[in-house]
Amino acid sequence: MATIIQPPPQIEAERLVSHSGNGGWRNLVPADGDLRRVKNSSPPPASTGIWVGLAAITMTFAAFTSALIVRQGSAQDWRHITLPPVLYLNSLVIIASSFTLEMARRRIAAFMGGLRTSAESPARWLYVTLFLGLLFVAGQTFAWIQLKSQGFGLASNVSYSFFYVLTVAHALHVFGGLGGLVRAIGKLNHNVLRRSTLDATSRYWHFMGILWLYLLLLLWMKL
Amino acid sequence: MHDMSAHAVQHGAPTSFIRKYVFSLDHKVIGKQYYALALVAVVWGMVLSWLMRIHLGWTNLPIPGLHLLSSTGAPGNVMTPEYYLQLMTMHGTIMVFFVLTTAPFAAFGNFFLPIQVGAEDMPFPHFNMMSFWVTFVAFLVLVSSFFVGDGPTLGGWTQYAPLSAVGSVSGPGQGLGVVLWAASIGIFCVGQLLGSLNFITTTLDMRTRGMSLMRLPLTCWGWFITSVMGLTAFAVLMPACILLILDHVAGTSFFVPSNLVINGQLLPHTGGSTLLWQHLFWFFGHPEVYIAIVPGMGIVSHVLITNMRRRMLSHRVLIYSMGSLAVLSYMVYGHHMFVSGMNPYSSLAFSFPTLVITIPSTIVVLIWLGSLYGSKLRINSASLFALGFISMFISGGVSGFFLAQPSIDIMLHATYFVVAHFHLVMAVAAIFGIFSATYFWFGKMTGHMMNETLGKLHFWLSFVGTYCIFMPFHYLGIAGNVRRYQAFTDDYLIPLIPLHRFITVAAILTGLAQFIFIYNLIYSRFKGAPAPDNPWEGTSLEWSTATPPPHNNFGDKLPVVYHDPYQYNVEGASTEYVMQTSPEQLKNAHEEN
Repeated sequence: MATIIQPPPQIEAERLVSHSGNGGWRNLVPADGDLRRVKNSSPPPASTGIWVGLAAITMTFAAFTSALIVRQGSAQDWRHITLPPVLYLNSLVIIASSFTLEMARRRIAAFMGGLRTSAESPARWLYVTLFLGLLFVAGQTFAWIQLKSQGFGLASNVSYSFFYVLTVAHALHVFGGLGGLVRAIGKLNHNVLRRSTLDATSRYWHFMGILWLYLLLLLWMKL
Repeated sequence: MHDMSAHAVQHGAPTSFIRKYVFSLDHKVIGKQYYALALVAVVWGMVLSWLMRIHLGWTNLPIPGLHLLSSTGAPGNVMTPEYYLQLMTMHGTIMVFFVLTTAPFAAFGNFFLPIQVGAEDMPFPHFNMMSFWVTFVAFLVLVSSFFVGDGPTLGGWTQYAPLSAVGSVSGPGQGLGVVLWAASIGIFCVGQLLGSLNFITTTLDMRTRGMSLMRLPLTCWGWFITSVMGLTAFAVLMPACILLILDHVAGTSFFVPSNLVINGQLLPHTGGSTLLWQHLFWFFGHPEVYIAIVPGMGIVSHVLITNMRRRMLSHRVLIYSMGSLAVLSYMVYGHHMFVSGMNPYSSLAFSFPTLVITIPSTIVVLIWLGSLYGSKLRINSASLFALGFISMFISGGVSGFFLAQPSIDIMLHATYFVVAHFHLVMAVAAIFGIFSATYFWFGKMTGHMMNETLGKLHFWLSFVGTYCIFMPFHYLGIAGNVRRYQAFTDDYLIPLIPLHRFITVAAILTGLAQFIFIYNLIYSRFKGAPAPDNPWEGTSLEWSTATPPPHNNFGDKLPVVYHDPYQYNVEGASTEYVMQTSPEQLKNAHEEN
């Protein structure tokens, strides 16, 4: 039988560097609370966790989509509807919010790395993103009120049912993103924001934008 | 060991009673909370099955005290046909969701996954705590349906539309009862999604130094695969529940077709698709079968290896087979709908992967049997229940070959043959896995060993009793006994009543035998012999730490892993077994990497 000498564990050094395990995610804030000294590493569980969460959300909306397609295929009562024009404006708002968030993320990253010394608050673009997010939700609410005032409620026709279900479900997820933004701003203001928290929040927010564009296309094509 | 002080535990040891035992962030406490919930649920579910079985054996027999549960469902303590269906629905729902999903995955996975990967906790402890409490609320919402309106829903755990979507016109419990059912399951989905998020990230990102994926014990693989399935399956069931609730409370028409007349009443809905519900439900429903059983596969493999004192024939193939089961489980769900009016070509398309899925199942079984062959298995309660798991899985799996073929399924569909199949292959097998895990890990979880004599008695009574209950079901099914009948008045069914009575007696006796387990559980918790750190001479990380494990699992040092998890009887090693944490250089180590 061949003799195999058990090699010493080789993973440790690699892992410590790449933070792919070993508790490297616990990048605690230095005791003096100086934002510039917050470690710049991206903890894997937060990063993995956000992708896992987005996978679950994708499955949920895939289920709604397949329900729409199956229901439409078997329907004789399907009524095509005209989408409220405000939805297109909302789309621009949510796209713009992704840009402002990305600007915020880069400025904060630079600030953490000590590359920028400007007196400008790093949270400024986060506030702009938050405002645009709220504007998006307000726009969606306006669309629902508008339809309702025209006599098209949730049970008017199955097309409207799907319209409300999909847009409300998306808006609820956007609220989750707004909560994440508020949390990030709060942490930033207290100098305890981790880079990973901001990265996870921004990934989620960008996903909300992409998801909305997908839903708009679906609603436009199918309803 | 490596120093943990550089990255201190995210949450310190709790000091208040509330934070320590109620709203705890500790994965070990959360695991125990899940176990306690599953224990309450399984007793509740079992009592419901007793009531159903007594009614099936002696239809007009008054059951003392039944009116206390429902005065309208049991006037004079005699169960009405509707109430029988309501109890059956609750039995199935409680068992599938709050026992088979909760105990093997959420309870044991929560307690042991972080320890076995060498972490102090899961990465998102607040989500973990929320996961349990959300599940608990889901259970309360479900149980509340017994006490509101006209009782719980009677639509079965599958809640087929349109009867589940039209309201109280279709029977007692079909109004508020269905809404509470759907709300409960929707809430349950949220809890499982939060749990799956933690399980996946723990497995991928929280492994300690040296713990490569192939060095994970098979239990971790079982929980990881299950969490991926849970993430995708529960994310689909939740929207289905939302649509069902909307059909009830908002008057939408997702599942209710046009011109439907029920009990002489024309319903206002239009154009809904009854098949839509089945598609959404079974896309979740079939993976759910594997969500219940795959953790048991991991547990049974782990227990058997420890007691065989040798590894499985192929660690890697076993993992791949469990993974294949997970992937294929999404491709076979249509076999539940062979007789629902699908296109025959669709039946063919679903039949093929249904037959294919038997291949990884068979590989898993053959690896178990081949590994057991010639081994000197240590006989104890845990290993006996592990053997019982395999026995049930094979017995129930064999009938799956018949049901996978549409031509045979048309005859056997919705008969007791199907009831026998899924009870053996999924329900009882998974419960035997829970028992095996309990006897194996109880010492580590509580610091006290369970009584082995009582454990073995519990096994033999359960093993024999289970076969007495479920083997005759096959005969009933072949004889044409349709499931969900609350009484047998047809000529061809009347001769089967004595067999039903035999099953009822067996069910009551087997159920009573479970109180031996509960007594053992409670007695051992307080009076059991002190558990050593490694009572079974195991090699994985849970045996490297104290019993019971400290708050952060490993004290102030995280373990470093040097070996595959199952180093037993390694030629040239200094001891009969080598711990994963042992730095001993092994010339003939069993390594997958």
